[in-house]
Amino acid sequence: MTPLLSVRDLIVEFPTRRGTLRALDRVSFDIAEGEVLGMVGESGAGKSLTGAAIIGLLEPPGRIAGGEIWLRGARIDNLPREKMRRIRGRRIGMVFQDPLTSLNPLYTVAQQLIETIRTHMDVSEREARARAVGLLDRVGIPAAARRIDDYPHHFSGGMRQRVVIALALAAEPELVIADEPTTALDVSVQAQIIDVLKEICAERGASVMLITHDMGVIAETADRVAVLYAGRLAEIGPVRDVIQAAEHPYTAGLMGSIPTLTQEAARLTQIPGSMPRLNAIPQGCAFNPRCPRVFDQCRTARPELVARAGARQVACWLYEKEAQNVG
Amino acid sequence: MSGDVLLRVEGLTRRFDISKPWLNRVVERAQKQYLTANADVSFEIRRGETFALVGESGSGKSTIAKMIVGLLEPSAGRIHFDGHEMDFASGAEMRKLRRRFQMIFQDPFASLNPRWRVGDIIAEPIHTFGLLKGAEVTREVGRLLDLVGLSSADAGKFPHEFSGGQRQRIAIARALSSKPEFIVCDEPTSALDVSVQAQILNLMRDLQDEFGLTYLLISHDLSVVRHMSNRIGVLYLGRLVEVAEARALFTDPQHPYTRMLLDAVPDLALSGRRRRPVTGEIPNPIDPPPGCAFHPRCPLVMDVCRQTLPQPRATASGHASCHAVAAQDALSVD
Repeated sequence: MTPLLSVRDLIVEFPTRRGTLRALDRVSFDIAEGEVLGMVGESGAGKSLTGAAIIGLLEPPGRIAGGEIWLRGARIDNLPREKMRRIRGRRIGMVFQDPLTSLNPLYTVAQQLIETIRTHMDVSEREARARAVGLLDRVGIPAAARRIDDYPHHFSGGMRQRVVIALALAAEPELVIADEPTTALDVSVQAQIIDVLKEICAERGASVMLITHDMGVIAETADRVAVLYAGRLAEIGPVRDVIQAAEHPYTAGLMGSIPTLTQEAARLTQIPGSMPRLNAIPQGCAFNPRCPRVFDQCRTARPELVARAGARQVACWLYEKEAQNVG
Repeated sequence: MSGDVLLRVEGLTRRFDISKPWLNRVVERAQKQYLTANADVSFEIRRGETFALVGESGSGKSTIAKMIVGLLEPSAGRIHFDGHEMDFASGAEMRKLRRRFQMIFQDPFASLNPRWRVGDIIAEPIHTFGLLKGAEVTREVGRLLDLVGLSSADAGKFPHEFSGGQRQRIAIARALSSKPEFIVCDEPTSALDVSVQAQILNLMRDLQDEFGLTYLLISHDLSVVRHMSNRIGVLYLGRLVEVAEARALFTDPQHPYTRMLLDAVPDLALSGRRRRPVTGEIPNPIDPPPGCAFHPRCPLVMDVCRQTLPQPRATASGHASCHAVAAQDALSVD
């Protein structure tokens, strides 16, 4: 079965006066029908950029410099703007971090929802409004029929993010890209929003690409998780495997550095140093200067993703070496 | 850990005047309007321990921090530091006390002056309190930079040359330069990535061991709080609803709000624990609900909760303010 979304060797570059910066370097992954793929990494790893590249909203001068993006077997990375515009919103919905900036403060929620629905679907004004009320009700806004005529500032942060989710799902897209949907919210509200997003997408059979830096959110929500480091995929696989038995030394370090509620460790594992800047990505494996298990090969050649047991892929020479030894 | 109290806060209350301008009030016949950020907050911090305050945004965490370090004057209540009452009216008295406590802020991009060199930023408290002179200052700055994991050569650089984590190290070096005993850390890692957060938390712990520092840690991240603190206070709409030893709070939370907060934390251990659905959001602090402010969201709500404010009652390792907990206790005694 062809995956819903397929990203192949995606390269995103930013030309600057001091040379071209490569922000995403040959990133490849698939999202299956109905799947929730988590995308994690530290700031600057390229998580949001991956999402922006897929929906064709890269901020100039950023541009796709290589690779292909396929949506249900059709290429979408080289479409003319007008065609891409019809996919965006209709087939790929978006939820951004800050619900206040993704809603227009000058229009009521009803106007924004109805406009979105009527742009993408051939329905009457009345039908669109009924649909909009249904959506708001579904995302858990109390008294939706009355509140739909309120302006965004009448809603609290959590309620606004619910409106944004309703907006993203208005045209029944096949894929929803959620970029840090809960980062601006409090923990108690965060759990509600994640639940709503997960349920409503499952109900409608939409796949989700969930971009976040919060491993806890990924653990609870995603089926598979992709770990980005300095614009490259370090590891991708089923969420339970990656979180409980990380294979890439970066993922392992990342997991160890998160304090948990259950264990009392005197010290957290720490990864020395910080992620390299885009103009100073080291030769070979981008993680090699910080890696506790580094060896010669890591400093000269970049490891490719290799398939491991249980549908996992890891880009690390440790495992490539293992594979060679066996073979 | 010795038992003596370094900081005692009694009945701390802070109201903000958020009324419309005078003329509007006269024309619209509106009353003056106040927002109560903190009401009747009392707790103690023992020497050498880490006391944490947790709560959602708008619960008044940062307002307490600002009052303790003297950046805001309380509307009512008292703060005792090492036996001395903080007297906001007296400049000289406050100045003497101020050397002994410092603060680390949330955003290391806003808390360092971009036009100052790092060395000058760190040396400022030394000059202000007249602790050292001349070449000794430079030596001390170098030593502090080494201490927080930077190099003494970094003193000549400007803040923009550093990453977020490194800037937070500079902020820590500045806080340490007046040789304080007590540091208020207001969300010290919430602007940082997890791997950098681990570095800063480890550094804070090392410094605490080395200098016997006392911390007031303010955070919304329960796992950070769990990792760092000995005792925890939970704030809801400006009031302390529960205070307990860290371990007791996480294994046996008393107040329903504490339980709700714990349930809401995403489960990284994948134990299959189902989060209990949390309902509602924190109400508007301008117009808080009567009685217990948590009652509209509380699963254990009773009639009395809607009318009277619950008083703190002693628990195994602290206290909790909840009618339901009190009723339960009464039952188990009978």
